[in-house]
Amino acid sequence: MANLLLITVILINFFTLGSARLVACIRAVAVQGALLSLLPLVAHGMSGHALILGTGALIFKGILIPWLLLRAIREARIRREVEPYIGFVATLVLGALVTAGAFIFADFLPLAQEHHEGLFVPAALATMFSGFLLLITRRKAITQVLGYLMLENGIFIFSVLLSVAIPLMVEAGILLDLLVSVFVMGIVLNQINREFSTLNTERLTALKE
Amino acid sequence: MLLLLILFPLAMAGLAMLLPWYQGRSWLLPISGGLHLLLSALCVTESGAVLGIWIGLDALSKLVLIVISLLYFGCAIYAVGYLNLRRDRGNKAIVPYLLVFLSTMTLAISARHFGLLWVAVEATTIASAPLIYYNCNRLSIEATWKYLLLCSVGIALAMLGILFIAYAALVGGAVPVNLHIDSLLSGATNLSRPWLHAGFVFLLVGFGTKMGLAPLHTWKPDAYGEAPGMVGALLAGGLTSVAFLAILRVMQLMSAAGDGAMARQALLGMGLLSLLIAAIFMVRQPDIKRLLAYSSVEHMGILAIGVGIGGLATFGAMLHLVNNALTKGCLFLSAGNIQRGYDSKQLSKVHGAIATLPISGSLFLAGFLAIAGSPPFGLFISEFTILRGIFGSGQIWVGLLMLALLAMIFIGMGATVLSATQGGPVKVDNQFKDSFLLVVSPIMFLFLVLMLGVYLPESLQTALREAAELLEVHP
Repeated sequence: MANLLLITVILINFFTLGSARLVACIRAVAVQGALLSLLPLVAHGMSGHALILGTGALIFKGILIPWLLLRAIREARIRREVEPYIGFVATLVLGALVTAGAFIFADFLPLAQEHHEGLFVPAALATMFSGFLLLITRRKAITQVLGYLMLENGIFIFSVLLSVAIPLMVEAGILLDLLVSVFVMGIVLNQINREFSTLNTERLTALKE
Repeated sequence: MLLLLILFPLAMAGLAMLLPWYQGRSWLLPISGGLHLLLSALCVTESGAVLGIWIGLDALSKLVLIVISLLYFGCAIYAVGYLNLRRDRGNKAIVPYLLVFLSTMTLAISARHFGLLWVAVEATTIASAPLIYYNCNRLSIEATWKYLLLCSVGIALAMLGILFIAYAALVGGAVPVNLHIDSLLSGATNLSRPWLHAGFVFLLVGFGTKMGLAPLHTWKPDAYGEAPGMVGALLAGGLTSVAFLAILRVMQLMSAAGDGAMARQALLGMGLLSLLIAAIFMVRQPDIKRLLAYSSVEHMGILAIGVGIGGLATFGAMLHLVNNALTKGCLFLSAGNIQRGYDSKQLSKVHGAIATLPISGSLFLAGFLAIAGSPPFGLFISEFTILRGIFGSGQIWVGLLMLALLAMIFIGMGATVLSATQGGPVKVDNQFKDSFLLVVSPIMFLFLVLMLGVYLPESLQTALREAAELLEVHP
């Protein structure tokens, strides 16, 4: 069951890497966040800790943050990612390569006995790498925020393995920090849009040596 | 008491949001800063380490806490004068953010749990982004965006590093697995090596981004260049020290696990690279605030080298942390005054600063002499101690390389600072003059750095030695 979830998460990575429509990308990352909120429950069963963590992740990653981003693009009136630095097909191929790399790499890591069967580690690495790809290859500031979110989703997968080590309070702090940082990024996005009338980051090159 | 120290700035921030009186809001900053300094002094002078499970102070955090508190108090006094000049931009937003920033920095300093440390450091990023954006123009948007994105991604990698360390404990068979610094330190020898090493790399990259070690420093010149002077002082003197403390926590863990040598090498390499990058970009730098940003990269490099060498050099690095924070305070505040006076921070417009703004111009020049490590200022002593440590440990080439780079930086920085400060007075058509509130803090910082160069009190020496000893744990 957990593996099924994780495979869906990896498929969503590919969808986001290959799609030009921003709304679809945001929705995909929202679905990814919502799926991940099931992960603690599936991995650790119905415990109070898992339940609260899952609910928190669902509210923040699945609902609030995507809503903030959707609002930001509605105000900026942008629909599509045009001219990424690397084409969509090329990013997809790169995405496939890093995912394969993540699976091979995870095989070499000395995992704890109970984690040998699961896909947690390769899925976490693949999602993180895909987030990085999104960060690097896109021009729109909003897609860069999506890349950051995907990176955080990858880290979240890994943290589920360790949720015994991380107390609930800290976990809540992490989610809250994530929400507030996306909120602040949203405000800056708005200002970029107002000041430059575009959300393309190549305009942000006045500061250099 | 420590909890009070973290929480009361938040209450003050709430008060600042409600207070409908401009002057009153501004004055909340020095009041909170003074109270914070007083309480920190009480916390720091309490003998022995006060270690709770979640928050506590050991010798390292005591040192950083008192430095930050002092720097913040000085900047808060300056802020009253500065915000008076900026009625066009207002202080409704910046005062609460400055207070929240103080609270998050204090939390990061006193955290005894890696997860809490992470939350606090990320919170400092969020609280400081609006401060960089204070001027609300195209350039400050660009700087804020770069700062926010780079630091957030960096800190996300640090999170992964923390998780790797927790996994190292899990694979190493620790029961129960937790991330409290003390329990990790005591069980450090059992940590699984591959995971610990991977975790170290991610933590170094993550907190290194926040600290601004090369090659992860690219946000620094932009953010420091566009932020107001006092924010630059708080970031360059305060926040970098907090990030350095986070790296020191990781170093503590690595040496407790018996892998200190590898961690030191990594830090040494990054430190030397930072010096090199700073030297390259400081030569013919036409912007005085960007110059200071590269100087910050340089001094982070020196701190990393000090800890990377170990022994006597670690003691030097601890002293250097104090000196760097105070001198950066003096430099950024006086550079802020010069920028106000000339309406520019470019060398094409700024020259003859001593003749135009006698006090700020002289402070900027004296601050340059201090930061470049000339006697009798404190940085001379700390850099000299670090160099003695390097030569004493037999790494002659590292020492020679560092000396050569320091000389290059001295010449490069000197050229820019001298052409900004020397020359006849310039007629500028704004009303800016040196006023008491705007110069008293930089004078105080410079005086303290001078004192540290002339005389190192016994109590401070003990504090520095205790802090350095925490990093020299052998398994």
